[in-house]
Parts: sequence; structure tokens; C-alpha cells
Amino acid sequence: MSPATRHHILSVLVENKPGVLARVSGLFARRGFNIFSLAVAPTDDATRSRITIVVDVESAPLEQITKQLDKLINVLQIDELAPADAVERELMIVTVTVTPESKPELLSLTEEYSGAVLDEAGDRITVSLGGTPEALDAFTSQMGAAVVAYQRTGRIALPRITS
Amino acid sequence: MKTNGGAALIKALELEGVDVIFGLPGGAILPVYDPIIDSPIRHILVRHEQGAGHMAEGYAHATGRPGVAMVTSGPAATNIITPLADAYMDSVPMVVITGQVGTAGIGTDAFQEVDTVGITRSVTKHNELVTNAADIPRIVREAFHIATTGRPGPVLIDIPKDLVDPTNPNSALDWYWPDSVDLAGYNPRLDGDPALIEDAARLINASQRPVLYAGGGILKARAAESLLALAELLDIPVVTTLMARGAVPDDHPLCLGMPGMHGNYTAVTAMQESDLLIALGSRFDDRVTGKLDAFAEHAKIIHVDIDPAELGKVRRPDVGITGDCRLVIDELIKALKQLGAPENQPDRSSWKSTISGWQEKFPLSYVQSEPGDLLKPQFVLEQLRDNTPDDCIVASGVGQHQMWTAQYWKFQHPYTWINSGGLGTMGFAVPAAIGAKVGRPDRMVWAVDGDGCFQMTAQELVTAAAERIPVKIAILNNAYLGMVRQWQEMFYEERYSEVYLSPDLPDYKMWAEAMGCVGMRVESPEDVLPAIQRANEVDDRPVVIDFRTDASEKVFPMVPAGKSNSDIVVGPEGLR
Repeated sequence: MSPATRHHILSVLVENKPGVLARVSGLFARRGFNIFSLAVAPTDDATRSRITIVVDVESAPLEQITKQLDKLINVLQIDELAPADAVERELMIVTVTVTPESKPELLSLTEEYSGAVLDEAGDRITVSLGGTPEALDAFTSQMGAAVVAYQRTGRIALPRITS
Repeated sequence: MKTNGGAALIKALELEGVDVIFGLPGGAILPVYDPIIDSPIRHILVRHEQGAGHMAEGYAHATGRPGVAMVTSGPAATNIITPLADAYMDSVPMVVITGQVGTAGIGTDAFQEVDTVGITRSVTKHNELVTNAADIPRIVREAFHIATTGRPGPVLIDIPKDLVDPTNPNSALDWYWPDSVDLAGYNPRLDGDPALIEDAARLINASQRPVLYAGGGILKARAAESLLALAELLDIPVVTTLMARGAVPDDHPLCLGMPGMHGNYTAVTAMQESDLLIALGSRFDDRVTGKLDAFAEHAKIIHVDIDPAELGKVRRPDVGITGDCRLVIDELIKALKQLGAPENQPDRSSWKSTISGWQEKFPLSYVQSEPGDLLKPQFVLEQLRDNTPDDCIVASGVGQHQMWTAQYWKFQHPYTWINSGGLGTMGFAVPAAIGAKVGRPDRMVWAVDGDGCFQMTAQELVTAAAERIPVKIAILNNAYLGMVRQWQEMFYEERYSEVYLSPDLPDYKMWAEAMGCVGMRVESPEDVLPAIQRANEVDDRPVVIDFRTDASEKVFPMVPAGKSNSDIVVGPEGLR
């Protein structure tokens, strides 16, 4: 399976209580399910959080993962988002080495990706970029050896609006 | 009404109908033990917290009501993890209350502090650390609701000391009792989808070789009567798994007995050769299926379970129905009748005669010992079975004695068999039997135990003697960790490694007497019955009988681990 078909997005609405993230991640560990990425934050309703989990369905059938998750008392709702039916974004901050010659190229690329310069000193620049996970992959591979370090958030997603 | 967390906890337990708590006090739970003095709830003081947990399980198995255990923090909480895991595996309704260090001490490595909710998360249906005394009535209410509904299981409530200590302002609350439980994330589905039930009925109508595969969920759903009605309506044989022994009476012509690794030939082979397995509250456990891809290869599967995650977890069903077994079976019976049952059923006489042929050809068997030799464990069990009431409750530990009991006992009623199936907890028998006797004082309760198991939890007989709980323990003492010895004999070229225990170290008769029990030792066949009769007459204290049994005796039939159920070994001669 290609990474795209192996990775499914689960959008999990949970009660915003202590220990809930540990219950979810503990369940994945206990059942041998693999998490590819995970993002969590409160929703518009402060009593609830949304956990966006990208799961590796090679480790277990998606149906079994969602059924086990659904057994957790603090899990309120699980939506499976097929990549085609979801809008997804990921944020990355990345530090790169630049030379006077390569700097304009980086800045124009950052602009192309709707990013922003966060920090700059000596021959290093840190920029932030938001985009689809694939776009961020493309950016880092384009930068190649110039990348000093980067941190990605893992993807967040919502279902596409259907009319 | 102003109250405090400790008093509120005890009052909440009273309102939940709790009549007994198995427990042992300590520092962090101390304030809760004061209001117990004035409560009508009986408290049974155990000698080890593991005992409290297994007693609560035994109580729940025997009564269908949730067992309750209460212990302190730290080592007490870790000691009760095994019963929690046991109850989780076997879906036993149980509520465990643990003390915790005071709120301010949490996270500081305080004396007797452990992260109890963290440690028990994967072995409980749910757990909760109380952070506010005002939450106690609601959390207790929710805990009992979660433990007893849907797929039952253990729920743990961890309560910091300051929230129950009346001298601490953190414990203050205004008493309330919630009218109902409101858990947005917990809505177990009870009634099966009618369309799927009709699909199931059609599969049954087309089946030539159906088998009802009844698991522990039948007992949890109080569905034994419904199961029998279904079996009798269609004249379909039933296998009762280790967790479902007694769900259908063993002397019923449709009952094939226990399937699995040590199941009888007919039950194992009927499943293997079946064209339709109707799995009811069972979970295709590895001890039942043997080598999975060789299990019942030609069978279609109807799978009914209240836990939707069981459907397709191990074997993909052709029809999977989420729901309560009793309700689904009742609806299935209606659907079958609407389609014309029983008159419309295919002629299954050749299937029935094949099955009865197996029963005739491959009964359970053993060879009685020669005079002067050690007792055969199967003989002891037959004597015990034939000289106790039909509704006698039998508990067992884990190992050879457990398998022999499951095989040789004739279970005539549901809820007469209590054992540790999923977790396989050695030492389960003694405390589970005590809990069962507390819940059903009207019944005779025997534990069949191994000598290895007995040494793990025997101290609870002190509890039983002190509390006048007259359980009876039959130790099948073969001086070995018998099941391990059996595997070493069969699969490790008789290289016995660390399995010998000695028949008389400890001296079980003297040990029993030291614990306030009647102790007996039996070495020859003619003494077996008199000892059982004497034990049956004792009703003011526990009895322990040390039966000296033959260590060379092995549990058969056996499907060797990793092998197909078609490779079942019927007896020591290795005959198929």
C-alpha cells in the first residue's frame, strides 16, 4: 500500500478532561495500532477536544481501531475522513541555512507557500509554512541539505462541506 | 444536606444496593472506614488485597450483581490489579474503590503513592480519579452503571484522602443523588438490527450442519433460557465454552459440552465440521479456535455480541449483530418462526447421527488407579460431582484441575461454575469461592484447586474462618505445577524445569487447621467419599481436603498449541 492509502484520518471528538489523551494513546499502544501523527486541541466548545489521528491501517483494520476507540467512555464521536472527503492542513516551522545567493530563492519560495519569516540570524532563517502535508514534504525536499531542523504539527482535518 | 466525601461515598454505595464490601483499610482510605461502622453494609476484612478483588468477582459471578472491593493506595492498589485484569478479561461487573494520597501530594512521590488510574487504565472498562468531593455521588452512580451495563466489566474509582476526610475542608459537599446517568460517550446498543436478525434466520434455515457456540456473554445477558429455547426450537446442538459451562444443562441431549484446547472430541470436531457457527456472546478466543486459519474452515459465521468490537476482531462474521444476547435470541426465535420454523428446517438427521457417533466413539476417559497408587484426579472429581447438590457452586483455579473440573463436572444450572478463563489467574479459586458463598449463602460452594494455586491465595481461608464463611476446598495435590509439567512432558522431551512442589511441604492438613479450617488428607480411593461426606456436613467453618493425586495424569483431549483443532489428541496413546 502507498502511504496515502495506508494512512487514514480519524477525527475524534472527546471530553476535555485530564487523562483522555492518555486513554486514547494508551489504547493504541495496548492494541498494537500505529499512530502516524496526532494533533489535539480544544474545540469551540471548551468541554470538548478534537483529536485528529492519522492511523496506519496496515497495523490493524480501521474498523477495529474505531470500534475499540468508541468503547472509551470519554470518546464522544469518531469521524473517519477519507483523504478525498477532507480538507487537511499541517503547520511546519523550519530552520534553513542560507547564503546571500540562496536567500532570495528561500524567501520567494516561502511566499509561494504563504509562509512567514519568524526568525533570522547569521546564515540561518526560520520560517513557518502551512499547507497540505504533501506540500510541506515538497518544500523540505526542495530545500534539501539546507534544512537544519524542522518541526511539524501533524495534520488537522475537517470534512469537506457538501452542498 | 451538608456532608463529607467519605460519608457520601458510603451512602452512595448503600443507594446502589451494595450489601457487602470486600476490603482492607490503610492510610489513604482510612477516613472512609469510619462511616462503615455505622453502615448496614457488611465489610469483609481480607488478608491480601488480591483476595478482596477475586472475592468481589466470585460474588458477581454467583449473583449477577456487581462485586465491590475497597482498598488503600499504593501497594494495595497494585495488589488488586490482577483481579481487575481478570474481571476485564471475563467481563465481570465489579467496582473497586482505591484510596489515593491527598490532592496536594499527587505527583510528589508521596508515601504509598502510585498512579493508580494510569496503571489500571488498560485493565478496567473505565476508571476515574476524583478531583472534587462534590463529584463523588455522581461518579459512584456512573461507575455502577458502566460496570453493569453493556459488556460488563470492572470500574475503578480512585479517591484522594483529603476529599473523604471530614476534618479537611476539601471534603465538604452538599448531598445529592443523581436521578439518572448521563454519559454522552456511552450508549451500548441492546436490540439487534431486525434486518440482520432476519439474515441470520435465513442462514440458519440454509444450514445443514449448524452449531450454537455459546460463550460467557450468554450468562452475562441472563440468556440461558432463551438459548435453550432457540436450541430446542431448531434441534441444534450447543457447545458451552469454559466461560459458559452451565448455560445449557450438561445432561440435555443437545449439549455437547466444552470445546477448545481441552474440549471433548465431539464439541471440538462438531465446530470444525460445521457449516454454520452461531456464536452467541463468545469471542473466538485462541483457546477455542486453535490455529485460526484452520478453524471451522467451511463454516459461515453468525456472531452476536453486545461489544461491537468483538465482531470481526478475530473471525469475520457473515452476519454480525451488535446487541444483548437475550434480546437478540428472542427476536431471532420470532424471526425464525415467522419464516416457518421449526417445520421449515432442513433434514439434519445425518449431522445429528454423525455427532452422536463421535460421542459414542470418543467419550472422556481415564484409567482408574491400581490399589496402593495415588488417586486419579478425575476419580476425585466424579466422586465430588456425584455427592454434592445439583446447584452446588464450583470455583476453580487455573491449570489441570480447572480443565478436569470443566470436563467432568455435570453443570445443570447457570452460575454454578466460576473460574478465571481469559486471564488464567492461578490462585483464583479460594477467594472466588468465598465471594460466591457470601453472595449465595444458601448454596453449597466447593473450590477445586491445585496445590500450586492454593499456595498463592490460601491466606484468605483465615478470612473465611474468621467470618464464618463455610466454603470447601478440594486440593488436587499432585505435587507439581501440573499443566506446566504436562507441557514439559509432551513438548520439552520430559525435561522438567522448576515444576516440582512436593506433596507435603507445606503440610496442607496442618496449614488448614492453623487457619481455623477443618483439614483432611485423602490418599486412597475408598477414603474419597467419606471425606467428601464429612466436609459436606461442616457448616460453621471452611474445610480443606488434600487429595493426593497422580502427577503423571494429563489433561486429554488436547489440541497442541498452534495446531489445528483437527489435530486433536484424544488420549495418552495419541489416537485421533
